Amino acid sequence: MTSFRLTLAHLYPDLMNVYGDRGNIITLRQRCAWRGIHLDVQPVSLGDRLTPGSTDLMLFGGGQDREQAVISPDFVSEKAGAVAEAVEDGAVLLSVCGGYQLLGHTYTTVDGQELPGAGVFDVRSVPGTRRHIGNIVVEVADDDGTPRTLVGFENHSGQTYLGAGAKPLGRVLQGGGNNGEDGTEGAVYRNAYGCYLHGSLLPKNPWFADRLILRALQRRYGADVALAPLDDTLEIRAHDAVVSRARKLGNVRSGAW
Amino acid sequence: MGARLTAALFAGRMATGLSRRLGRGGGTVIAGHVVPRIDPTALRTVTRRLRHGSLLVSGTNGKTTTTRLISHILEQGAIHAMHNRAGANLVTGLVSAVVAQTTLGGWPQADVGLFEVDEATVPAALREIRPRAVLLTNIFRDQLDRYGEVHFVADLWEKAIRHLPADTTLVLNADDPLVATLGRGHLDGAIYFGVGDASIGSNDPPHASDARICPSCGTGFAYAVHFYGHLGQYACPGCGLARPAATVEATSVTLHGDRGSDVTFRTPLGTITTTLSLPGLYNVYNALAATAVCLTMGLPLATIQAGLESFTAAFGRLERIQVGNRELFLALVKNPVGFGEVLRTILSDEHERSIIIAINDNFADGTDISWLWDVDFEKLEGHVKTVVCVGTRAEDMAVRLKYANIPADRIIVESDPRRAVALALERSVPGETIYVLPTYTAMLEVREVLRQDGHVTGFWQD
Repeated sequence: MTSFRLTLAHLYPDLMNVYGDRGNIITLRQRCAWRGIHLDVQPVSLGDRLTPGSTDLMLFGGGQDREQAVISPDFVSEKAGAVAEAVEDGAVLLSVCGGYQLLGHTYTTVDGQELPGAGVFDVRSVPGTRRHIGNIVVEVADDDGTPRTLVGFENHSGQTYLGAGAKPLGRVLQGGGNNGEDGTEGAVYRNAYGCYLHGSLLPKNPWFADRLILRALQRRYGADVALAPLDDTLEIRAHDAVVSRARKLGNVRSGAW
Repeated sequence: MGARLTAALFAGRMATGLSRRLGRGGGTVIAGHVVPRIDPTALRTVTRRLRHGSLLVSGTNGKTTTTRLISHILEQGAIHAMHNRAGANLVTGLVSAVVAQTTLGGWPQADVGLFEVDEATVPAALREIRPRAVLLTNIFRDQLDRYGEVHFVADLWEKAIRHLPADTTLVLNADDPLVATLGRGHLDGAIYFGVGDASIGSNDPPHASDARICPSCGTGFAYAVHFYGHLGQYACPGCGLARPAATVEATSVTLHGDRGSDVTFRTPLGTITTTLSLPGLYNVYNALAATAVCLTMGLPLATIQAGLESFTAAFGRLERIQVGNRELFLALVKNPVGFGEVLRTILSDEHERSIIIAINDNFADGTDISWLWDVDFEKLEGHVKTVVCVGTRAEDMAVRLKYANIPADRIIVESDPRRAVALALERSVPGETIYVLPTYTAMLEVREVLRQDGHVTGFWQD
């Protein structure tokens, strides 16, 4: 019986982790461990380099404006190229809020400073006039087209706009999403995902956590690999609690309820 | 002018009485809405009339406990404070507290004002109250959905302090770089308090840390020792900014789990060696802060020591409540660092615990519960007999615990607080302590259940 191993590069774990995004790491590690898969988490911080072929998954979380400005030059000079290369090669990436913004073409700060991003997603982010804060429900098409939902909590004044080549992660059923205007949330490119969902994202969305793990496993070990199902009763209960509360609040667009 | 103030105070009193009689809560803020409409200068006018001026306390963790401790110590020294005791700490709460302790003629029935103030309310409070001393305890990530960022509060305070008269005493936590740096621009300097006993710190940085970069130059701090969260012995390798010397310092600390701690404080007047019944390192900081403030009031060391030793707990922050032959240990939780410290405190021995965790996401609790993933619940593994999750985000809490390796058959999700308490009691044994860890509005709900069943009094009666 093969013992599977995966490596995850956690970008700026000390500086870009103000919104509980560490929960994504915990979720991935446990869901792997419960299946006998070892997930090795490597911190990649200021001054560190990322070797493109070395990692199966990457996580880039959200942070405060000040920290985002501090890491941006380091990210661009030390990591961005390697991250883009890894994504082209099919590595899995999850980015949230600030991390997501820095993976677009540009991110403009509240002071008007335009910071370059890695250009993984065809998006640009600019300051908005209102802050989107609240529980958010997003409809996402699964691999076979089945509509599923992602739930989380957004907290951002930055607005992200998709370019012609960009694919959104999903459609907003409740909340603001990328910019509160076009009804899109997040972005997808190959196995890279960007979004504004904190919560943390993965604990209450076990199907999505498993998608990330499976893609990483299949890339490393071949398309025959499958994931043993887990008992997700508690997670689904928490997921459904958010969805049903959102429904009760009204003001939702119709979708996959 | 005097007539307008009197009219305002009268209306405020009436509103409070009516609110209580109608059973609509403790009436701790209603006057604060009514009074300013009639006399917007009421707060300023009355507090200017206080013989010993006012003391203002703010910070993320420890405001209520520290302010109550100061009040208790002042009483030992026969100084009576007008104090927003129940913890209503927005401007409406401050006004209401003043109304409750002022004659209709507008004269305060207290020697000094003592106000716990919400972090974002500090600028408004400073404008109206003009305190003789301002205590800033710490800044932690708390209620992200309200403030957005830790630096927001630091910047807000920095701007508000700039306009303070130079003779206002700043009392600051030396171990918190976000707070300590606020003393730099103040002409008369500041009084710093901190922990000087490295043996209770650690060399490993905690992951739940909010402010690891220097506010002056942006370089990452180097820590000789970590106490909790981003508090510790820090120095900036970039610009040399470092933890200032502490005027009031805990030179020795021995923690005794949830029973309390033994401490030695060095002060300009001498040394205090005493036992605090408040548990945890976070309460040592509260005691240090209260000591520093009371020293500025000219209290003798013996009085301060008597106050520290005899202080037991603060409503809703930390209480021991007897229910039959069980003890409920209730400790408020608000943010990752605070929760982590509470867990550290209650897990001081090997016995498996019965715990109720009550997580609400109402406005006062913070609507974003992502912070639960930054709390080190992994500490609980192997130490939990039963954990009952209650509150509007009970399901999220249950998921968090599952991922912290708590076995699913020990996790109960229960929507009703009364039923949750009953379940925890059922599954415990006589003489056992049940730990109740709620966020703010959940604490009020649990306390209300206990009040209805006769185990505690209403919070406004405390």
